[in-house]
Amino acid sequence: MSTTAPPFLSIRDLSKNYGAFRALHDIDLDIRRGEFVCFLGPSGCGKTTLLRAIAGLDQQDGGTILMGGRDVSRASPSERDFGIVFQSYALFPNLTVTDNIGYGLVNRRRSSAEIARRVEELLTLVGLPEQGKKYPIQLSGGQQQRVALARALATSPELLLLDEPLSALDAKVRVRLRDEMRSLQQRLGVTTIMVTHDQEEALAMADRIVVMRDGGVEQVGTPEEIYRRPATPFVADFVGHMTFMDAIVTGPGRVRVDELDLLVANATPFAVGTPVRLAMRPEEVRTRSIGEDTPNRFEARIGDLAFLGSYCRAHLEPTSSRSTRIAADFSTNAMRDLGITAGQVCTVAFPPEALHVFAGGAR
Amino acid sequence: MSDLAPRLTMIDASVKVAPVRISERHVAGVLIVALCAVLVLIIALPLWALLSKSLEDTHGNFVGLANFVSYATTPTLFFSLLNSLAVASATTVIVVPLAFLYAYALRRSCIPAKGVFYAAAMIPVFAPSLLSGLALIYVFGNQGLLKSWMMGASLYGPVGIIAAETLYSFPHAMLILVTALALSDGRLREAADAMGTSRWRIFRTITLPGARYGVISAVFVVFTLVITDFGIPKVIGGQFNVLATDAYKQVVGQQNFPMGAVVGIILLVPAVLAFFVDRVVQRRQGAMLSARAVPYVPRPDRRRDLALLGFVGVIAFAIVSPYAIAFWGSFVKYWPYNLSLTLSNYNFAAVEPDGWKTYGNSLLLASLTAVIGTALIFIGAYLIEKVKLYPRLRAFAQFLAMLPMAVPGLVLGLGYVFFFNAGWNPLGFLYGTLTILVINTIAHFYTVGHITALTSLKQLDSEFESVSASLKVPFWSTFRRVTAPICMPAILDIAVYVFVNALTTVSAVIFLYGADTKLASIAIVHMDEAGAMASAAGMASIIMFTAIAVKLAHAGLDRLVFGRLQHWRQR
Ligand SMILES: Nc1ncnc2c1ncn2[C@@H]1O[C@H](COP(=O)(O)OP(=O)(O)OP(=O)(O)O)[C@@H](O)[C@H]1O
Ligand SMILES: [Mg+2]
Repeated sequence: MSTTAPPFLSIRDLSKNYGAFRALHDIDLDIRRGEFVCFLGPSGCGKTTLLRAIAGLDQQDGGTILMGGRDVSRASPSERDFGIVFQSYALFPNLTVTDNIGYGLVNRRRSSAEIARRVEELLTLVGLPEQGKKYPIQLSGGQQQRVALARALATSPELLLLDEPLSALDAKVRVRLRDEMRSLQQRLGVTTIMVTHDQEEALAMADRIVVMRDGGVEQVGTPEEIYRRPATPFVADFVGHMTFMDAIVTGPGRVRVDELDLLVANATPFAVGTPVRLAMRPEEVRTRSIGEDTPNRFEARIGDLAFLGSYCRAHLEPTSSRSTRIAADFSTNAMRDLGITAGQVCTVAFPPEALHVFAGGAR
Repeated sequence: MSDLAPRLTMIDASVKVAPVRISERHVAGVLIVALCAVLVLIIALPLWALLSKSLEDTHGNFVGLANFVSYATTPTLFFSLLNSLAVASATTVIVVPLAFLYAYALRRSCIPAKGVFYAAAMIPVFAPSLLSGLALIYVFGNQGLLKSWMMGASLYGPVGIIAAETLYSFPHAMLILVTALALSDGRLREAADAMGTSRWRIFRTITLPGARYGVISAVFVVFTLVITDFGIPKVIGGQFNVLATDAYKQVVGQQNFPMGAVVGIILLVPAVLAFFVDRVVQRRQGAMLSARAVPYVPRPDRRRDLALLGFVGVIAFAIVSPYAIAFWGSFVKYWPYNLSLTLSNYNFAAVEPDGWKTYGNSLLLASLTAVIGTALIFIGAYLIEKVKLYPRLRAFAQFLAMLPMAVPGLVLGLGYVFFFNAGWNPLGFLYGTLTILVINTIAHFYTVGHITALTSLKQLDSEFESVSASLKVPFWSTFRRVTAPICMPAILDIAVYVFVNALTTVSAVIFLYGADTKLASIAIVHMDEAGAMASAAGMASIIMFTAIAVKLAHAGLDRLVFGRLQHWRQR
């Protein structure tokens, strides 16, 4: 993905209102050819609205959309080049799987043998060979989803739009299908936008994630960036788990939480004395190989422990402070090696690079 | 899908083509505009003609409300209004409680043979309204079998009208109440039962309030049906004038169009009122049911079930026997003096110049109306519901499509007379043709079909059209390949509804038929006027059996469609 190539999809200043309600505002977004992008956000934040605007199904009120260099802002859906999979799949119940997949091919002046070959190929592609004669109602949810995918891919669109395509499935199938979809996308190289409110799904599948909130874009970045360097407390809180602490800036790269003086790696633009919010992910709390020179080390009592399968979530209470509680995740390994039990006091450390500083001490 | 890597090159080389040649937007626009134009022509303009005619004198000069003033100050006309109100009120008071109990028995008890009782109560729907009048004349009329039961009172007048209207409107009220009683939440009942609440108290505090919207709706529907009905007062009313017969006399007899228009507008009032009440009721009734409401399943209760069975049996007998007697009477040589049977009454040509041809005309009208009307109604509903372009025009079309519900057939017929008879109207040549009968009948029964179509369209995934657009398949292809096939049962419902009503209707078409296009239902009126009651009853029976046969064929066809043609519905 060279940075010089123009983006495949370019959205500028997009907005849409439903009456007085701002469903979308000030959306600027570039998507490169072949990229897999996830729109992630809480329910009602406008993900579907943005997706449908890109498709032309619900036109925006303002702003422009460029697709492959062409301005399609006012184009109807059929004048744009995309395939789409809806949450409901919207398979035609009265048509067989074969006819569903071939639906977009029929009116393109292609011989029926050609269509049959193409449908066969797509069925194999999505892992449903020999299911072509069935009707949608005779398929499982996961199979229906694949048929919907095959139908969307049948015309070889340049852009694939997916609106929560996995949310109607149970957890196991969802994980398997998301891996399959991801590898299929990579092999076909089709530019893909997927809407989801499942952060795990977004982190696992996307090249880049667009985090949305209240009709606006909160942050755009790779899963790594979103997770490691959330731009706002909202992103920090929404993606993964995050503990927030009230703190005061005490110097360049230094903050204080209650009695704890902490070093932070990322330079903070805040003046000394500014109240800020300090945030850290539970799994970043270090318990092992802490030496004399390890920064941000302190004694803490282990509060309640919750067993969560492969790890335990604990609540740490620094011995120097009574009011602060910090969530920490310990792997089952670490628990065993260190013999951690509730009520015990042990030494922990906050790695400076894992601490995030956000504006506004008072919430 | 992971291990197989098909030739991706082929996938890429495949289909980058053909921007849709005809713009869907234009086609949709043309179709929606056409729909609006048709609805304006067949619904809005005739109504407008009626309204404006009521404000003109016989020469076409504008006279404001003068016609209404002279209506109110002409005693004979004004008495008709009072007569109509009295008859309609009386019928409503009789029918609604009976129908409620009947529906209650069908829904809330364990009486046997519910299907038979349901069918028995539906019979009047399949006959022209005046057959119930003829039937009563056979039983209680001057030459009636049970004339003595009348104790000297005359059937020909309010008594006969009320009795016949009761028969005729009963199924309409029952249908509404059966639905309303089906809707009530069974959990309330069970909770009350568990608390040992007395049966009467349950009825008063749960059943009745639960069905109150149905009762309100039934009251308005019955009142409107009766006050706008033309057939029954025509055959059994004698000298007792009502609004509907007045309208007919003013227009057909005296050619006093403005006064006919005034009567028409008066008739419009209760119907429009009923329409709005019904809309409110529908909304409330829908909101009353929580998504988790469970239908009430009645448990056997010997005493209650026996009592209700007795009641239902009596009512069903009272409904069916007059029709049976009228059918019998149609074969009788000289009622009631020579009861030997003959087919001569079915030689309609002896009393009605057009004879059997009128039946052929009726069949032709019903078929054409069913085919053309269903196509128009369903395609119209599709454009309104599924094509997301031109929202204003679609809202306008929706409004027009709902209008006919509020317009009694008689009033619509008057509107057609005024509109198509107007000297300036280039479509005047349609007057008296089959075409005008077809379009009038389509308009008359438009709304019920429209609602049926909308309901079934709303059940489809709203993204079918979006998917098609993404695949660059125009909406008309999706309509043909997906929407219409899935909605086939609803389409059949509409067609049968329109067909049956086209066969039995009198009120609108009686103003519009021509020399070559006299319908069977109108022939019945004329044969009755000519004193050939047996022939009138015979023709009415034939219509009734035709309608029932079509309905039965529909039930069979429905099974076939669901079973074989729609096997995709089965897992
Ligand atoms: N047709 C509409 N009329 C009015 N408001 C609408 C309409 N469609 C969406 N909205 C509102 O716009 C906002 C964004 O809706 P959208 O469907 O894009 O949310 P979403 O992010 O996809 O949420 P979800 O995860 O629940 O699907 C919501 O608050 C919704 O209520
Ligand atoms: Mg959504």
